Amino acid sequence: MTAVAQQSFNVSKRRDEFLAGMRDTIPFIVGAIPFALIFGAFSITNGISVTGTMGLSSIVFAGSAQFIASELVGRGASTAVIILTTFIVNARHALYGATLSHHLKHLSQLWLVPLGFWLTDETFVVVATRFERAGESPYKHWYFFGSAILMYINWNVMTFIGINIGRTFGDRLTALGFDFAMIVTFIGMLVPLLKNRPLLMSAVAAGTSAIALHDVLDNQLWLIVAAFIGIAAGYVADSLPDDALLGWLEETR
Amino acid sequence: MNEVVMIGGMMLVTFGMRYPTLALVGKLNLPPQVLRALKFVPPAVLAAIIAPAVFLPQEDAGLQLALSNAHLLGGLAAVLMMRYTKNLLLTIVFGMAAFWLAQWLISLA
Repeated sequence: MTAVAQQSFNVSKRRDEFLAGMRDTIPFIVGAIPFALIFGAFSITNGISVTGTMGLSSIVFAGSAQFIASELVGRGASTAVIILTTFIVNARHALYGATLSHHLKHLSQLWLVPLGFWLTDETFVVVATRFERAGESPYKHWYFFGSAILMYINWNVMTFIGINIGRTFGDRLTALGFDFAMIVTFIGMLVPLLKNRPLLMSAVAAGTSAIALHDVLDNQLWLIVAAFIGIAAGYVADSLPDDALLGWLEETR
Repeated sequence: MNEVVMIGGMMLVTFGMRYPTLALVGKLNLPPQVLRALKFVPPAVLAAIIAPAVFLPQEDAGLQLALSNAHLLGGLAAVLMMRYTKNLLLTIVFGMAAFWLAQWLISLA
């Protein structure tokens, strides 16, 4: 291949990865839309300004933490408590970064800083699934980029629309249960991951621990503790001899 | 002013969780045990977020396993839909429809 032909081949590979990342993120967008709308409405009805609400979506960019923060503002919590809670809620992202990192070690800071900023639950699951797939593409970070930029634009546009809904109708979307859309999306993300017994054990242990600890540990600390219990349970189950149990889940593969 | 501090602080702690491991862990030579444990991050974290939202839908009301829990019914509908169609879009639409239907039926009862 000549140098020019090689270059145009690479460009199309990059574009393919970028577009594939966007395409695979579309279902997650459907779940994020109602969540972003109610965030916008919820945030301004809890007394956060329009600029502050947009600032949360564009500068912090962390759905569940933004939601919890606006709830805490509504309850009159101190800024320190809000930041601490955000830290605990988002501690899971350190695990996401660690999981994806060895696929990205060849990248410069120019890539790593924005990709780090854009790392959400949805993009993590989409990208981790793509990275697990066999086949060495040197442009997998373009897939990450495609997924992340679509989530980011959607999140900010929908927050803005949500603000305007909130101004007209108040907080009615929350009362209708629109916030449940995020949980339904997460359920759809979880089910295909449960491919064998250790993965299932991990989810069951994390879920039951989260329920047990929910009202015991303050400031959302239960979330990260339950996640670690789930990881430990999966690891232990993985170290035990396997058997053909749970064919029901096996078919999900 | 308070909002600026709040948003700045939230941004710092969030980025401070996302970026360092993403940028650095791949450059370390992690023991294989750690890499094996990281496989369990997605199911563990998702389950830890989902379970309280489905089983403890109301604040301070405790575990709700009854049919009057619309979140539980919607969640079950989503699990079944994803299990049998493997289509995330359908799962979200069907799960929310089931949740709202359950909410409406419960409000009639």
